[in-house]
Amino acid sequence: MSEVREKESRLKVDGAVSLIELHETVEYILPDEHYDHPVAVIECIEGIPCNPCETACPVGAIVVGDDITTLPVIDPTICTGCGLCVAACPGLAIYLKQQHHSDGLSYIAFPYEYLPLPEKGQAVTMVDRRGQHVCSGTVVRVIKTKRFDRTAIVHATYDSAFYEDVVNMVRL
Amino acid sequence: MKRLKRDIVVIGSGPAGLCAAIEAARSGAAVLLVDENAKIGGQLFKQIHKFFGSADHRAGVRGIDIGEQLLRQAEELAVEVWLNCEACGIFDEKTVWMVRDKEHSVAVEAQRIIIATGAVENSINFPGWTLPGVMGAGAAQTMINIHRVLPGHRVLMVGSGNVGVIVSYQLLQAGATVAAIVEAAPNLGGYGVHTAKVRRAGVPFYTSHTVKEARGNGHVERAVLVKLDSQWNQVPGSEFEVEVDTICIATGLTPAVELAFGSGCRPFNSPPLGGLVPVHDRMMKSSIDSIYIAGDVSGVEEASTAMEEGRIAGLSAAHSLGTITDQMFAERLEQLQHNVDALRSGMFGQKRREAKDAIVRSYGVER
Amino acid sequence: MVDIIVDGQVMQARKGEMIAAALMANGKNTFRKTVKREEPRGIYCGIGRCTDCVMTVNGIPNVRTCVTEVEEGMVIQTQIGSGEWQ
Repeated sequence: MSEVREKESRLKVDGAVSLIELHETVEYILPDEHYDHPVAVIECIEGIPCNPCETACPVGAIVVGDDITTLPVIDPTICTGCGLCVAACPGLAIYLKQQHHSDGLSYIAFPYEYLPLPEKGQAVTMVDRRGQHVCSGTVVRVIKTKRFDRTAIVHATYDSAFYEDVVNMVRL
Repeated sequence: MKRLKRDIVVIGSGPAGLCAAIEAARSGAAVLLVDENAKIGGQLFKQIHKFFGSADHRAGVRGIDIGEQLLRQAEELAVEVWLNCEACGIFDEKTVWMVRDKEHSVAVEAQRIIIATGAVENSINFPGWTLPGVMGAGAAQTMINIHRVLPGHRVLMVGSGNVGVIVSYQLLQAGATVAAIVEAAPNLGGYGVHTAKVRRAGVPFYTSHTVKEARGNGHVERAVLVKLDSQWNQVPGSEFEVEVDTICIATGLTPAVELAFGSGCRPFNSPPLGGLVPVHDRMMKSSIDSIYIAGDVSGVEEASTAMEEGRIAGLSAAHSLGTITDQMFAERLEQLQHNVDALRSGMFGQKRREAKDAIVRSYGVER
Repeated sequence: MVDIIVDGQVMQARKGEMIAAALMANGKNTFRKTVKREEPRGIYCGIGRCTDCVMTVNGIPNVRTCVTEVEEGMVIQTQIGSGEWQ
């Protein structure tokens, strides 16, 4: 194995967006502890022509506008946490999150397009944006509907110490 | 040899050709659509992921489903389709010589011809690249999404453009492991949302790296990766091995221009769009008045732009035969050009837009 | 399902499948050996353009296996060099 240097953690080098880059993006809005239900978090930071999230939202909580390269902006106070945008996003770049769901647990609902699907109650390993194992999680439900067009949405709780880090789970 | 006549012949039934045939038929022309394959659709039915774009234009819909919708439209419009039909040459700017079912020669005299032959994958050469297990990324995608067979279990992907990262994701979905994705440039090429999907599945990216050698006894067993310096030279001593049984090459596409140039279409060199392309105007007409082009053959972009270009070509070809009024043509053309311009906006689209503008300018210069 | 005979051995294939896919599903990745040095070759482009995948099928050499469908009883042979008409 060569001495491969510690890579610069940037989207266009590492493949995953770094927290630094996310925090520099005004459209990245992570709901704080005051929300009593999960709301959508959009990690879309490159302006490509795309707006299915805006179209999918039944309550108008996401705005892209006429110029469809504009980054979508979510209004978490309007968002009902229905998850339609999570399945609609072609980039799988949206998930629902809630910081304080229950005792020391945060909540996430993320898009998942692998088989087998996890089952309700199953213990899974949660990962960060770079695929590193962060903590364990418990699957609360798995939703597959025709409307989601073969993108399942996995709902899980996990240690809220890792609220922002966790974005998905290890494939089964 | 059989000799027939048709109004419009569309060569290639991928997204561009299919949409050209549908739009021309909708505009009242009699259309013959031919394809050398046994199935219609080109690369479209391999795109099992959801497309970007405006929701008005089927964004968020998977490529395979868009393909099914287009197929149904073509059937409803009674577009004549010949599969297993290879177009071998175009003579006198109007006669298409084809071989059907690898046996029967047919010459079809067409008033208008639309060439939508797509593009071919590039390759890179390195010691061991001929070993079984080294293949194009498109070959792997064909194997998993059309034939439902895994070409291997541990994959090295060479190239981080959208093709490389999308096929990597699809290989993961098919149950393979992607050991690494290497990219010779200092930055990744594909969209961030695509690279993010595979990164959070644990796949590592190595920028400023390339594959130096494929090793194995009769088949790929290992790949040697090496770092590149800022002059694209291999850095001695930076080599390391990864254990893989498959190496997929995703190093770009080149327009499949043989038919177009063989028929006399004037070429234009467009490196950002894959190399030599037939020059064309905003109506997708080539330097030959009876020949139109659309899709990757006119410059490598995406399926969504191929569909819009196909529609523009089909519309323009039909209008040139008088099947629709000037007003109907102008209104629909404006709509389609607005659509295609929208797809060429933003940080990724800008380069393509400028490249397309250069092609159109070149068309204008020598008329 | 159909039966095909590959280098004398019976293999199962799905109806309508391309020969190359059927072989790879059965674990065979080497389809021919080159003329001079008899080096192994398998699929490369997968869509009938590069001819890396050719084999001798029912006595006919240089058949592109990635775009040719299997048939019941098809006789498929690893091709050595440019093959021979049989």
